[in-house]
Amino acid sequence: MGAVSVWLRTLWSVARSPAGVLSLGFLTLGGFACGLIFWGAFNTALEFTNTETFCLSCHEMRSNVYQELSHTVHFSNRSGVRAICSDCHVPHNWTVKIARKMQASKEVWGHVFGTIDTRQRFLDHRLELAEHEWARFKANDSLECRNCHSAVAMDLSKQTARAARIHQQYLLTGQRTCIDCHKGIAHELPDMAGVSPGWAETPELVDTRQRSP
Amino acid sequence: MTAGRALLVVVAVLAAARAGAQQMPDAPRLTGNSPPTTPVPAPPVPRAVTDDIRRGRNYPEQPPIIPHAIEGYQITLHTNQCLTCHARQFIEGSGAPMISVTHFMDRDGQVLADVTPRRYFCNACHVPQADVPPLVRNTFRDALQAR
Repeated sequence: MGAVSVWLRTLWSVARSPAGVLSLGFLTLGGFACGLIFWGAFNTALEFTNTETFCLSCHEMRSNVYQELSHTVHFSNRSGVRAICSDCHVPHNWTVKIARKMQASKEVWGHVFGTIDTRQRFLDHRLELAEHEWARFKANDSLECRNCHSAVAMDLSKQTARAARIHQQYLLTGQRTCIDCHKGIAHELPDMAGVSPGWAETPELVDTRQRSP
Repeated sequence: MTAGRALLVVVAVLAAARAGAQQMPDAPRLTGNSPPTTPVPAPPVPRAVTDDIRRGRNYPEQPPIIPHAIEGYQITLHTNQCLTCHARQFIEGSGAPMISVTHFMDRDGQVLADVTPRRYFCNACHVPQADVPPLVRNTFRDALQAR
């Protein structure tokens, strides 16, 4: 304890005393350059963790969720737009992205200790994993969906009558968010027994809903 | 048996085998390409009818057809996405037609509380439609309209 406090005190006095040899210009410009290099390297590494190559470097992702994604419209479609893992599972803005990345360190733990390292173990955990993602989408109002699919840009007249009606009633009024109804659009669903369909009537909605005669 | 006669028999058998191979070619294939490993050009996938208008049935036992898109709907061991609208407990909110009571009956006619496993796979009988020319000629006529 004593040694540590002596060490801290020495560090503090060094930090407080003016530089003896190095010039002020070297220190400020050097500090700025080092800062740039650190920040660039940090963000480059961060962006690398957002690539498909990085996600698929774990077999848990490659042989389960990626295989399922490859059959869906988010992977292959007539207009040739593809959503990769991070498009749906990582927010774009820096602060929330860092928060998500810190949460994701739990996934590194899971990989190291083989929590879902077989298909069966993955299936055993699928409901729990899916519930985490549903809760996250629910909490951020389906942010990652809306990065591409915004309600403002949605032309309801080009949707089928039923889809337009439901979007008008539930999405545009903010009563529901995308994930409430659109679960399982990119991966297979877990056992859905007991998971209510997103549009299902909740008691408070039944009272206000306009019933047709 | 002398060597000469044995040779004669061998020659006769070989000749017969050769003649057989010439006379019995494979029957023409009913489906697919011949030989079967040659690539088959894929026809364009037609657009499904998605107008949500219920269609009449051409005969009483016809499974009702699906007037909406079902691409990507999962019917697996874990979930059946058709039932998120068509199940008995959800039709009030969804406005979708309820699956008929026959789907709750086991093979002895006993009505169960929920969908019987033998009726679980909806698209074994119910299919979406596309506005395309029929693949084969069909002379079916509705018995009621034929009178």
